Amino acid sequence: MNIGFSGLVDAGWSSTADVQSLQRGDHDPSVRGFTVPNAEITLDGAVDPYFKGFVNVVYKIDAEGESATELEEAYVLTSSLPSNLQLKVGQFFTEFGRQNQQHPHSWAFVDQPLVLNRMFGPDGMRGQGARLSWLVPTSFYTEAMVSVLNSLGETMFSFRSEESSEIHGGVPVERNVNNAGDLVVVPRLATSFDLTETQTLLLGVSGAFGPNNSGESSSSRVFGADMYWKWKSATAAQGFPFFSVQGEYLNRSYDAEERWDAADPYFSRLPSETLKDRGAYAQLLWGVRPRIVAGFRGDWADGNDAAFDSELRAKRVRLSPNFTYYPSEFSKVRLQYNFDDRKGIGRDHSLWLQFEFILGAHAAHRF
Amino acid sequence: MKTIALLTFAAATIGAPSGPTKPVAAPLSVVATTPDLASLAKAIGGNAVEVKALAKPTEDAHFVDAKPSHIVTLNRADVLIEGGAELELGWLPPLLESSRNSKIASGAPGRIVASTGITMKEKPVSFDRSKGDVHALGNPHFLVDPLNAKIVAANIADHLSRVAPASASTFKANLATFNAAVDAKLAEWQKQLAPSKGARIVTYHKDFVYLAERFGLEIVETLEPKPGIAPSPSHLAQVIATMRSQNAKVIIVQPYQNRKTAETVARQTGATVLDISQQPGAIKGTDTYIDLMDHVVRTLVNGLQGDK
Repeated sequence: MNIGFSGLVDAGWSSTADVQSLQRGDHDPSVRGFTVPNAEITLDGAVDPYFKGFVNVVYKIDAEGESATELEEAYVLTSSLPSNLQLKVGQFFTEFGRQNQQHPHSWAFVDQPLVLNRMFGPDGMRGQGARLSWLVPTSFYTEAMVSVLNSLGETMFSFRSEESSEIHGGVPVERNVNNAGDLVVVPRLATSFDLTETQTLLLGVSGAFGPNNSGESSSSRVFGADMYWKWKSATAAQGFPFFSVQGEYLNRSYDAEERWDAADPYFSRLPSETLKDRGAYAQLLWGVRPRIVAGFRGDWADGNDAAFDSELRAKRVRLSPNFTYYPSEFSKVRLQYNFDDRKGIGRDHSLWLQFEFILGAHAAHRF
Repeated sequence: MKTIALLTFAAATIGAPSGPTKPVAAPLSVVATTPDLASLAKAIGGNAVEVKALAKPTEDAHFVDAKPSHIVTLNRADVLIEGGAELELGWLPPLLESSRNSKIASGAPGRIVASTGITMKEKPVSFDRSKGDVHALGNPHFLVDPLNAKIVAANIADHLSRVAPASASTFKANLATFNAAVDAKLAEWQKQLAPSKGARIVTYHKDFVYLAERFGLEIVETLEPKPGIAPSPSHLAQVIATMRSQNAKVIIVQPYQNRKTAETVARQTGATVLDISQQPGAIKGTDTYIDLMDHVVRTLVNGLQGDK
């Protein structure tokens, strides 16, 4: 069994004192000063000849200085199903797009992309369920998968989340799971080509469909497209130099029923409406020479007009240049500047320094 | 044509998920993580196998990208040869997870761990990363010792025979041919390098340890202060001092290592930088293991004894 630990420490300053309104991700730096946003224990190994098991337990210290624990992932993966099939069962990051499945320690920036925060919440989309995947027998890589998940909880942000007021402005209703339609279904198709000996392209489309709790019978639909392109020198030293581009576009249609206004819950009703949100990010990484990576990310997110105001649906643009130095494979130091422009609020500047260390097994990175 | 091949393949994959019952005519699909292992597989498998290497010959085998195309290659493999000793730890496990191929699962006849049976050098007594990225199972760069290549070749022949018993006699004959070729060549290589016995050399990474021991060379320094740790100015100053005091006149670099660093050190010590690849195919005319070792020995002889 492999046992590993990864710790992140952030330090920095932002022009706004209300840093949490800016850095909304659960593993983002969240205060002026120091943040320990992610200390993660990972266990993985073969269960028996038929299953592999994975567990990630995250400890973190929140903006108030309180320790919190969460079971981020705990799942088994089959290793010998016939017909190129593979089943995953348990609690896991949903395979939607590219970055949602990645743990914070493998992110290229200190914070979560804005669009993923708006669509999937501070922790990304993960939940209890099962995923069936089929490696399509084509000459190039194509994988079709579908996940079925419970729709309840803060990590099912676009669905039955207690935090959903931020999306629909109303008081969330309690609704039960009455039939299979009350679960969330997430299909994904991914394909990849080696363009040349040194260039690889990975493309994906995803969807997520399920009930939301703005009303008794309302539902949400999220669509996404993602791409990743990487060039790596044929004589790369320790994987350098390389150049990569990663981008994701997501849009959400959130059908909100007529509901009590969260700002005035006893007297005011909000009309039924379809809330449309969209956003994208693109990030460029340049592995200049061994252990040194320069990055730049552009973030954009916006929502249509609605009968209420939510900071989480207003137009926002963020630009983030950064620079990462890896003393070894097991540690890194990252400096990142964020320029933020929030409609109705104004511009902000933040500077974050991040340090990471890894003990024990270092899980191999997927492409 | 492509479509037909694709459909045939799809039918074959879906119809026959596993099992060794393969018609004799169809060559076994053998995947090796690195080109040196692939060259051994070709020597032993001959026409009965089709061999593909995942890492490029010019690439550092520690840092291969886990590209999705490798998932497809592994999904269709009958046999996988890995170096073992954690060489591919950073990229092979997720590929295998996604490949969902029980024929190459750990412990299956189709899974060959090349380090099996090799006397591993530099096996750490205690595992401590303050000493750099040390492999817990020992130094994985063992194939540059021809006697180790014979051990790996025998291991490959044994596994191939179990996967395709119908071709077992071919594999046995090919192994005998390979061993005879290595024995004959080894005597030649040792003769060529005999005048350089005891010569002091410097390498970039700890990747020529097995070669040095076989041919009686002495590695006095590595440009990396610790395995996987980039050379620092203070360490290079120490390397230069050692090279001067020990009269080391040769620095070996592989294609993916930083030649500029080696050149800087060479300028200050009057040493020669030797470009040696341990992977067949990185340098022209080195497609087989024997050709590769010819290149290694020839380059060393030229560097240590002057061009002849």
